[in-house]
Amino acid sequence: MHPFTLDRPRDLAAALALRAQAGRNDAPAEYIAGGTDMVQLLQEYVRQPERLVSLAGLLDNRIEIGPQGLRLGVAATMAEVAADPAVVEQFPLISEALLNSASPQVRNQATMGGNLLQRTRCPYFRDVGYAACNKRAPGSGCAAIGGENRWHAVLGTSDDCIATNPSDLAVALVALDAAVEIRGAGGSRSLPLVDFHRLPAATPHIETVLEPGEVIAAITVPASSAARRSHYLKVRDRASFEFAVVSAAVALEMDGARIRQARIALGGVGTKPWRVPRVEAALAGASLEPQSLRQAAALAAENAHGRGHNDFKIELMQRAIVRAVEIAGARA
Amino acid sequence: MAKHHVTTTINGDPVEFLCEPEQTLLDVLRDELGLTGSKEGCASGDCGACSVMVDDRLVCSCLVLGVEVDESTVETIEGMADGDKLHPLQQKFLEEAALQCGICTPGFLIAARALLVKNPDPTETEVRYWLAGNLCRCTGYDKIIRSVLDVASEMKRA
Repeated sequence: MHPFTLDRPRDLAAALALRAQAGRNDAPAEYIAGGTDMVQLLQEYVRQPERLVSLAGLLDNRIEIGPQGLRLGVAATMAEVAADPAVVEQFPLISEALLNSASPQVRNQATMGGNLLQRTRCPYFRDVGYAACNKRAPGSGCAAIGGENRWHAVLGTSDDCIATNPSDLAVALVALDAAVEIRGAGGSRSLPLVDFHRLPAATPHIETVLEPGEVIAAITVPASSAARRSHYLKVRDRASFEFAVVSAAVALEMDGARIRQARIALGGVGTKPWRVPRVEAALAGASLEPQSLRQAAALAAENAHGRGHNDFKIELMQRAIVRAVEIAGARA
Repeated sequence: MAKHHVTTTINGDPVEFLCEPEQTLLDVLRDELGLTGSKEGCASGDCGACSVMVDDRLVCSCLVLGVEVDESTVETIEGMADGDKLHPLQQKFLEEAALQCGICTPGFLIAARALLVKNPDPTETEVRYWLAGNLCRCTGYDKIIRSVLDVASEMKRA
């Protein structure tokens, strides 16, 4: 690791003020919470901040469920949320997505906020031996386009970046219309999680709409009957401790044997957690017949763009949607 | 850079140490405190050879900064046996030959003990998924999984 100083502020206001002095992404000062991604990035010299501001103990870690829905304090760990009885019962999609992520060791340490802010697993981003990575070094190019890109995105890509967002949690939350509460030195704001991550366009190094110094304070998920009739399908190269090649988060409201409303988000295929509103619209009123599911799922591939090694994802993500809808639909 | 003063409890003993901000808990254990039972396999949280308990949570000590365990309780492989009496998991790993080179063993033992505390009667699938964060490159997993299951069933009978 590149040497840095570490501040452990007494309260959140002090932390926000310290961090706000620096710039946006990859600034000379960075926050650290659970640290499971940050410490990896430090160990690999992907990030070399001069100062880290520790958020340990400064942020809410409560898990609260009420008539309005779920509120996750951002410092709650993946393990705590995944095992929370009310989450398991009322928002099983969230628990499933978390338990399909990482390892017990990492889930015990990693926080909700850090999960949403984890950086891409693109091997060219993670290995400073490759000079070209617009996300790590703006303007340096993209080694994945034209390189080994089996793991990369087919939706929301640009000529500057095709890296996927690796979070399973974010995919489940986006499907459930979650929002994030954001806090900064100047106050608080809230926005839909689907609008939180940015498309790479020409500035892939800026991954979220967070302003310098802002933190995520909480995640809120509205109550809905669909949240129970759900399924998180994760396709990956081995059965555990692996990121998604393709994933599909599906939550359904049924009207007898027909779908009243479907909410679907995809992982492993987009440069951000990817909601598919056109597929959802096509499924409204549809039966669970394979033919109609297949037709609806095909709409997810509109504007999909493979780069060679990852072309298979375009077909695979449609099949993942069909399978996940079938499984969720079969649930009581 | 200024060193941080950290106060902690390790394997039941009060321990204070000074560390640089960029030293991980694993660095501190091995290089500052001479507790070399926890191993560094990957330094990126993939292999679990550095598994320790921090405040009763199983974590990878390579992903935790030493500074961040201030006022925490840490348990390492060095505290697993009771004097000369091995923990039942340690004893079973020996009997079943659930190790060859041994590099991954401390991590597996700490992780397996954490599982049995949380879930004393796990299925084979639960053991396999729980130990997904621990990699072994020579023994293979079958003997390790069998040892954990055997200890669980012996504990149940006891």
